[in-house]
Amino acid sequence: MNLLLAGVNHQTARVDLREKLCTLLPEAELSYPQLLSYGEIREALYYTTCNRVEVLCVTEAVEVLPGVLSSFFARHPEIDPEALTDSLYFYRDESAVRHLFRVASSLDALVVGEPQILGQVKEAYRQATRHQATGAILNRLLHKTFSVAKRVRTETGIGDHAVNVSYAAVALGKKIFGDLRGKNVLLLGAGEMAELALEHLKGQGVAQIIIANRTLERGLRLAQRFNGEAVSLEELETQILSADVLLSSTGSDTFLLSREQMKAAMRRRRQRPLFMIDIGVPRDLDPKINELDNVYLYNIDDLKEVVEENRERRQEAAVQAERLVAAETLKFMDWLKTLEVYPTIISLRQKAQTICQAELKKTLGHLGTLTPEQEQALEILTESITNKLLHDPIVFLKGNHHRKRGQGELALVRRLFNLDPDSTEPDSGKP
Amino acid sequence: MAQVFLSLTLLAYYAASALFIAYFLVQRESFCRWGGWVLGAGLACHSLALILATWGLGRLPVATLGESLLVFSWTLVVAFLLLLWRFPIRVLGALVAPLAALMVSGGLILPAGRGNVSPVLHSFWVLVHVVLAFMGIAALTLAGLGGLFYLVQERQIKGKKFGFFYRRLPSLEQLDALNYWCLTLGFPLLTAGIIIGSLYAQYTLGSFFRFDPKEVLTLIAWLIYAVLLHERLTVGWRGRRAALLALCGFGVLIITFVGASLWFAGYHSFASFSGQP
Repeated sequence: MNLLLAGVNHQTARVDLREKLCTLLPEAELSYPQLLSYGEIREALYYTTCNRVEVLCVTEAVEVLPGVLSSFFARHPEIDPEALTDSLYFYRDESAVRHLFRVASSLDALVVGEPQILGQVKEAYRQATRHQATGAILNRLLHKTFSVAKRVRTETGIGDHAVNVSYAAVALGKKIFGDLRGKNVLLLGAGEMAELALEHLKGQGVAQIIIANRTLERGLRLAQRFNGEAVSLEELETQILSADVLLSSTGSDTFLLSREQMKAAMRRRRQRPLFMIDIGVPRDLDPKINELDNVYLYNIDDLKEVVEENRERRQEAAVQAERLVAAETLKFMDWLKTLEVYPTIISLRQKAQTICQAELKKTLGHLGTLTPEQEQALEILTESITNKLLHDPIVFLKGNHHRKRGQGELALVRRLFNLDPDSTEPDSGKP
Repeated sequence: MAQVFLSLTLLAYYAASALFIAYFLVQRESFCRWGGWVLGAGLACHSLALILATWGLGRLPVATLGESLLVFSWTLVVAFLLLLWRFPIRVLGALVAPLAALMVSGGLILPAGRGNVSPVLHSFWVLVHVVLAFMGIAALTLAGLGGLFYLVQERQIKGKKFGFFYRRLPSLEQLDALNYWCLTLGFPLLTAGIIIGSLYAQYTLGSFFRFDPKEVLTLIAWLIYAVLLHERLTVGWRGRRAALLALCGFGVLIITFVGASLWFAGYHSFASFSGQP
């Protein structure tokens, strides 16, 4: 029984190939029947995240499976088989487990620590179970994966630091206001960057969104999208009185607000805190505004710096996370090893049972007619003798799964009880 | 017996300090929860010790600096636990618990008084004066410590340097709300304590205000808080200025409590109550 993982990701494949694979590979409804129709695959999990397409299989024919999976990936005629061969990677057993742990914990991602990936893997697993593509091994592996990912998140704090500008702005807002719910947002200008930030703010449950744009039409369009209100940029000085967060990204060459204007506005606001984000280039807001009390002004470079620092912090957390993943991988492999002894235990029991049945039959033939009670007593006798004899070997097998010695001991038990009579032993001919 | 309970209290407060500091450092929720419980257990011992001491002395033990520290730390812990229940500013425990632990240590180390306290002070009104003033000061202490956090956090956000403290301290708005609530609770209590004290002084000693160092310093602190509260309510002062003033007021209160008792002699100092600082 082996694990095999095959796939492409952002490191091995160019974006066009990844896109093609994402769109051309059939939906889960068709993929799973397809995968399970290959006789070599016992269990399968198929998942795509933003930057990867991967298949994880449990198989007994690990030597031929890479070819099978390559053909699965290359089934669509639009996919160039050569490009695919170059970018396809395979992981076996321990490295497959580690890879899955790393993917789910977002250590293998383009942006280390992004939280979406775990959700995508969970959804993929849900689909796999719906198609009954997973069995004992993958079920256990996936549950372990989710707990590892959760531990990585809570113990290393890898996702605590925002690594894109909009997230960083939201995180800062939370350190100023505690909660962005119920806060009013004023947007100056209607650039693309601002839209993205607005989306994040909207996700935080802000109360009112007002968009002040030079051309009212574009402002109106954006306002409609975010369920807000569009006003003219001339109204800035009155609108600023009710805002808590101000996002500015106009193409203006001059400052829209000076320090003095802002100082007066703060007095009229009764010093209610104001978080200003200036993502316009050139800047829209006088940088001296930041000197005022209760106003927190950040421009695009400040935010980028935050993001950069956070990236570094995530790298540090990632080192810690790798250690955790390595330890958990070893633990899972240990469990997998214990699975190997079960076939031996079963055949041991079967062998004992066949001997019992045969001997019982012989003896009963010699003894002539017996009462049913006597027959039953004989059956119980033979059964309990064999059970007691086998008890210790079975305990030994179950308990002894040493990482290196285990294999040899398992082979020894099989030889000792002659469980594989067909296979010729190398030293069986010796006296 | 009271000594045994005090030792237990001290142990619990130091343990709670360690837990709250650990919470501050690693931000693990369970440390804070345990810190709260241990602090609560310490408070129970502390309460028992104070009840026993009051029973033994026949008066509230506030005649020496040591005794006062024991009573004041008790009020501070009560105030903090109430706060913990109302506000999510749990990192404050990393300051309050060690402060309480140090005060209890001080209370145990400092010599006890002779025990013979002037009969003028054996009055219900003196008790009310002390209790109200201590409750007010406890709330204002929390405002001051919160102010310290506010200043640190505001510096990080303004300076765009997001280090160690930025991640651990709560948001500015929460810290400012703490300042506001502690001020609006503590200030009236302190005021009532002062008024009752001065009325009692007029009744027994014949003057409302005797320019004793402790009285003067308390009045300064009271004025600082009065200005802060007034400005908060009228022009909406908040944030850095409010935090700074709360911290100043706290500083003056410390000088009043410790300094005026040790360095300046006066009829209101602990030395004149019981012959011991």
